[in-house]
Amino acid sequence: MKEQEIYADLSAKFGDKIIEFVEEETLNPTVIVKPAALDEICNYLKDSEDLQFDSLMNLAGHDADGESDLSVIYHLYSTSIKHYITLKTFASRDTPAVKSIAKIYRTADWHEREAYDLYGIIFEGHPDLKRILMEEDWEGYPLRKDYVAAEFYRGMRIEKVK
Amino acid sequence: MGRLHAEEMVLNMGPQHPSTHGVLRLKLRTDGEIVSHIEPVIGYLHRSFEKHAENLEYQMVTPFTGRCDYLGAMGSEHGYAMAVEKMMGIELPERVEYLRVIFAELQRIASHLVALGTFGLDVGAITPFIYCFRERELILDLFEMASGARLLYNYIWIGGLAHDIPPGFVEKTYEFLDAFDKHVAEYNQILTGNKIFIERAADIGVMTPEIAINYGVTGPSLRASGVNIDIRRTQPYSIYDRFDFDVPLGEGIHGTVGDSWDRYYVRVLEMKESAKIVRQALDQLPVEGDVKSAIPRRIRPPKGEIYFRSENPRGELGYYIVSDGKNVPLRLKMRSPAFSNLSVINEIGQGFMISDVIAILGSLDIVLGEIDR
Repeated sequence: MKEQEIYADLSAKFGDKIIEFVEEETLNPTVIVKPAALDEICNYLKDSEDLQFDSLMNLAGHDADGESDLSVIYHLYSTSIKHYITLKTFASRDTPAVKSIAKIYRTADWHEREAYDLYGIIFEGHPDLKRILMEEDWEGYPLRKDYVAAEFYRGMRIEKVK
Repeated sequence: MGRLHAEEMVLNMGPQHPSTHGVLRLKLRTDGEIVSHIEPVIGYLHRSFEKHAENLEYQMVTPFTGRCDYLGAMGSEHGYAMAVEKMMGIELPERVEYLRVIFAELQRIASHLVALGTFGLDVGAITPFIYCFRERELILDLFEMASGARLLYNYIWIGGLAHDIPPGFVEKTYEFLDAFDKHVAEYNQILTGNKIFIERAADIGVMTPEIAINYGVTGPSLRASGVNIDIRRTQPYSIYDRFDFDVPLGEGIHGTVGDSWDRYYVRVLEMKESAKIVRQALDQLPVEGDVKSAIPRRIRPPKGEIYFRSENPRGELGYYIVSDGKNVPLRLKMRSPAFSNLSVINEIGQGFMISDVIAILGSLDIVLGEIDR
């Protein structure tokens, strides 16, 4: 199915939980969804006969400018029908909560931990949300655009980037 | 008579352990010799690639991509270059496309050779490792001829190549290919059909297709479970649609489909297919063409984003790039294949012995550099 048709299908099913469809400024047409509905949308995408999105290729956090909302991007693929869809959801900077899909796609388990680690996005319902790449007692979320590294980590001076 | 006192023990394997292929820690929960839970602890090699990339111009990111997957650097550079080229809409000269495929496939052979050799080493077969590295050396010689480096090349640039291949390169590559089939037969004699090796690898760590897809396992590890997905086929990029090659799948010859032996053997067969592709590419290689002609003076992809994936030796290598129209990426995420491939180990490793976990880890062929980035 074309991305446009998948969007039409989703908005018929989920109504206002689907916000919009974006084709401009992206090479992967994207459906913007509400963060609290992510798990049910993914469940539907995976189980629906016509869609069969069984593979989560990639999950990425993103911070556009250090002021506006954080976002999470999901790239899905169906190994049987061989079609693609990209989902995007926004979470507020102060309380960035997104529903976890780690139980639906096990790929998301580590990828969500990574997004939590580097962007501080809280994935509600994740089985074991903790840092994965950085040390557990690291302060701050390094890939946020407004991130300022602490001066010391366990007594060691942190070199400044730039 | 009192009952035998048995309780679970937590065993730390790594980070400094010879069979963890780098700096990986596995927290094993064991009941005697049987493993009941495996928790991989990663991040020891984290060098903040993505943070660096947000502070570097596009062309300056290329060498960093090679440092992530240091056994498949050509593949990483190729994927990154293609992603940026697609954003900018750059058309490449035919000669560049062919040379890139040649290097990417040679790199696949070199990387699989390390995978096979170290897998043998992990389960106690030392000699095949020497054999594999002997041939890998020849490939590295070819890379050195072309790029001047043996491990980290910075050869595939956005829009072209750093420089053209030197005279004699094509002949030397043919020479390598002519001898290679004989070498594969040697590996089969010394390791593939070795009874001890089969005992150690067959029926160990069986991965069903459902588990593999759900965990995002890709590459040879996925195809060993019988899933026919190779991005070079399903979503051909570069010029892969012009070549005739097979996609080997696991068949469970000595055990169950998707066991460690299958993951090993799929790599052996894949090396032969890669050699086939290299030969075809050399046959068709256009003589004319300036490899630098399409390199843009300014690399400023238009505002937008892309997720571009390619088939690296270890599986699906994806780049998610967001551009705001400047010469520095706003966001660059590398979806590294081994990251997802490693996460499956708890699912497929439970119930096996500690020594089997080492075999499973060897069969997954991980590179910690790209897991931790």
